[in-house]
Amino acid sequence: MSTSSAMKTPLKQVRGLGSARSGTEHFWRQRLTALANIPLTIGFLCVVYATLGKDAETARAILARPFDAFIIALFVISGVIHMKIGMQVIIEDYIHGEGSKIIALALNTLFSIAAGAACVFAVLKLTFGA
Amino acid sequence: MADVKSRPLSPHLSIYKPTITMTMSIVHRITGIGLYAGTVLLAIWLIAAASGAQAFATVQSFIASPLGRIILLGYTWAIIHHALGGIRHFIWDTGAGLGPERMMLARLTLIGSLVITVGLWLFGYAVR
Repeated sequence: MSTSSAMKTPLKQVRGLGSARSGTEHFWRQRLTALANIPLTIGFLCVVYATLGKDAETARAILARPFDAFIIALFVISGVIHMKIGMQVIIEDYIHGEGSKIIALALNTLFSIAAGAACVFAVLKLTFGA
Repeated sequence: MADVKSRPLSPHLSIYKPTITMTMSIVHRITGIGLYAGTVLLAIWLIAAASGAQAFATVQSFIASPLGRIILLGYTWAIIHHALGGIRHFIWDTGAGLGPERMMLARLTLIGSLVITVGLWLFGYAVR
């Protein structure tokens, strides 16, 4: 133990990240987004309830209201960060081949960014109009 | 390296008899995967809304169809179940809830998710 830490530079030791090269950010971020997702899901449900039974034009106008659009955007952003980390854990648990794992992790990141960007872009288009 | 396959294996998933806590843990993952896929539907819904009234009306009428309602009901249950499972994880993070009461927590998550889902839908039908 002492030998291996003597082999490390002081910077490496103080970072204390070990062979995984990352610390507890994912653990912490997963809980932070989980916490945010609870009120944001309730907020999103309120937006959805407001659109129920409305014709398409009225429902679109509701989604375009600044506060409603803001809630949807936050719900999407917090949600996709949470689901990206969650799927990464599942991939790391069940996919053991190094190549297929890297491909799955890359696809997970790309999908999460694409899905999140599509939703946020749509909300921005709705709220800023035309 | 040639002996890798003959190394003893520790007991794994398929060896244990399923328990309610283990099943709930698996369901938490499955609902998470379901919500992951559901993001595509959320994106379609929002992009249709951004595209125009006609596109949005088409997607809305699909959601109102029997298949659309079944998918939305499943999505509702998945998000509520996953949220309650997440709250359970927060309780565990404090160090509490890991004793015999975890059985009760697992049952509460399942029953709570069903009750809240039905409640949300009844409320939806009432306010529409």
